[in-house]
Amino acid sequence: MNNNIKTLFSAALVAIIGVTALPANALNVFACEPEWAVLAQELGGDKVKVTSATTALQDVHHVEARPSLIARARNADLLLCTGAELEIGWLPLLLSQSGNKQIQPGQPGYLEAAASVAKMEVPQLLDRSQGDVHPAGNPHIHLDPQNVAKVGEALTARFTQLDTANAEAYKMRAAAFQKKWHEATQKWEAQAAPLKGVAVVVYHKDLSYLLRWLGMRDLASLEPKPGVPPTTGHLSELLAKLQREPAKMILRSAYSDPKAAAWLSERARIPTVTLPYTVGGNEQAKDLFALFDDSIQRLLTALK
Amino acid sequence: MRLKSGVVASLFAAILGISLNAQAASDTELAEVRTQIRQLKEGYEAQIKALEQRLQGLEMAALKAEPVAAKTEPPSEQATARAGGEGAFNPAISIVLNGAYGNFSKYPYRYAISGFVPPHNGFSPGTRGLSLRESELAIAANVDPDFRGNLLLSFDSANAVSVEEAYFQSIGLGNGFSLKGGRFFSAIGYQNEIHSHAWDFVDAPLVYRAFLSGENYADDGLQLKWLAPTENLIELGGEIGRGKDRPGSNRNKNGSAAGTVFAHLGGDIGESQSYRVGLSMLRTSPHDASINDVNSAGADVTNAFTGKTTIAGADFVYKYAPNGNAAHTYFKLQGEYFRRRESGTLAYDTTSPGAANTASSYSTAQSGWYLQSVYQFMPQWRAGLRFDRLDRGTVNVGITNLANLQLVDYNPSRTSLMFDYNPSEFTRFRLQFAQDKSRQNITDNQIVLQYIFSLGAHGAHKF
Repeated sequence: MNNNIKTLFSAALVAIIGVTALPANALNVFACEPEWAVLAQELGGDKVKVTSATTALQDVHHVEARPSLIARARNADLLLCTGAELEIGWLPLLLSQSGNKQIQPGQPGYLEAAASVAKMEVPQLLDRSQGDVHPAGNPHIHLDPQNVAKVGEALTARFTQLDTANAEAYKMRAAAFQKKWHEATQKWEAQAAPLKGVAVVVYHKDLSYLLRWLGMRDLASLEPKPGVPPTTGHLSELLAKLQREPAKMILRSAYSDPKAAAWLSERARIPTVTLPYTVGGNEQAKDLFALFDDSIQRLLTALK
Repeated sequence: MRLKSGVVASLFAAILGISLNAQAASDTELAEVRTQIRQLKEGYEAQIKALEQRLQGLEMAALKAEPVAAKTEPPSEQATARAGGEGAFNPAISIVLNGAYGNFSKYPYRYAISGFVPPHNGFSPGTRGLSLRESELAIAANVDPDFRGNLLLSFDSANAVSVEEAYFQSIGLGNGFSLKGGRFFSAIGYQNEIHSHAWDFVDAPLVYRAFLSGENYADDGLQLKWLAPTENLIELGGEIGRGKDRPGSNRNKNGSAAGTVFAHLGGDIGESQSYRVGLSMLRTSPHDASINDVNSAGADVTNAFTGKTTIAGADFVYKYAPNGNAAHTYFKLQGEYFRRRESGTLAYDTTSPGAANTASSYSTAQSGWYLQSVYQFMPQWRAGLRFDRLDRGTVNVGITNLANLQLVDYNPSRTSLMFDYNPSEFTRFRLQFAQDKSRQNITDNQIVLQYIFSLGAHGAHKF
């Protein structure tokens, strides 16, 4: 037995030494969410190698510190996460297990996107009787294009700091992206004008920034409290509320459970709109531009 | 809104009208009523208009408030909003409340694992009736830029407080290394590092009861881990410690009396599946390790073992969630196998008055395993099934103690079925049925209803 274990250990060591020869030139970016992964790719181009810890079909609150994530965090030069406690269940564990000094909070290799923007819905009462609340405010910040622009600026600053040799290239890419992004934002705002003042019901408070940006009204959530799955009691109350104060549509993100929205949709006779929520949430949302294009199109279609 | 006020006014009018018809109305009365109606109508209209204006104002404010706040508030201002003063550096505190109702068909205090030493060791699988289970207080914070500190105290139903874990952990040794020191759960096996409130079943696998300390094997020592710079997880590590708990003996000895080595390999298979496999080995040299037993008359005796114990294990855990989204449904399969080898001397009945105190050679090679699966079939609801088995293997006892130690030839087993309901991430209610055949010729049917509440700082989602 002992000898067997020793053989296995040495076999593993040999395997490792074989793999250690990694390309050292590209900046390894570990993004917690797909929106930041594509932003990093957009702004870093071929100078960076990006990996995303989660996909659009996963509920970021409920991710585990999987072995593959620990391994990827260990090799990262820059960790780009939303922060504001969105990843509270798994990111601290990744950081402590990674054995990677560069990506610890306070280091240049640690960047929290939410730190660059002002948060909505900062709880007045910090108590779990209010559900799974985030003390720093609503962390789902990326569906307001102005926030994406701000995070982009912070990210470019970090790229140039970490990889000074390519600083000029990052700045050029950033200027091009920000210009294109600004134009796109204006286009979206013009397209979305009819959405202003439209009342909607959401599943989770993960679309608040989008609704605020488009001037839409968030009447209620399918979740009785943030992070608590919809209950039949709450849905019945919602139905009664909608009869007094009608909403135009129910919005849910691709990763959320479709059942509750379908139930209410049928009874309240209003459509459910499934938004991609982030890049990869549906076939159309291939990048950040397409994510906004598609989301706005879906909202407009449902309004007709 | 206008329409509503009209309806209200005409309703009033109708009511008044009806009451008026009942009387013989004179002209003056009619005129009076007309003015009253007009006054009422005007009053209501004014009030409704005021309310409408207020509503409109509020709606506008709600629409404006957020963007305004967003534009005028620079992010730096949010940081300064944090509480200052002495309390600002308070560590993160979390509490676990844990309790159960137990129904055991056999007296839990007489619990034993037949054929294995130590068969008793004061271990009980639970308490009949309502009781507190291990409730926990955890405190953690960064010490400085290089270290993090953790303290976990546990409280049991007998009012005993124990230090479950108290360790420092390096934050940034770099190059994949991390160092832990103090008292901590050893990295042997898979479930050993997981606190009991995060287990998928109420109690520990039988093999942990038979070979390790019963719940989690903790030691006072040092742990060094290294993570390879690879795409998949390859983790190697080792521990040294004093071997304070079973299978160790808390020796009066300089140096270390226990050592562990472990290796983990893990990764994802596509987006929906992930796994971790591990090998580990614990070696300790107990000296006069006290073992509770009963003699042939059923009276308690204490034995002592001196020698070498090696426990080697293999473990795996596999998880499946559609698209990797465990919020709705997931499946988890987990199994561990341990093999224990002991060699040394066993002294029988060392403490009782007129003790027999006979020593003999003692060597064993025994093994045990369990396999369990948990399925979350809909959000908030999970079901689980576990099978435990121990294999008595070979036991060689010197002739002097052969009759004293009642090491029957028996392979203990247990089957457990679990359901739990999790109204929120911080609450769990669990019902567990188990058929425990740890004792030869005895079947203990166990029903446990358990609650687990987590308060305070958000817990970690360990894989």
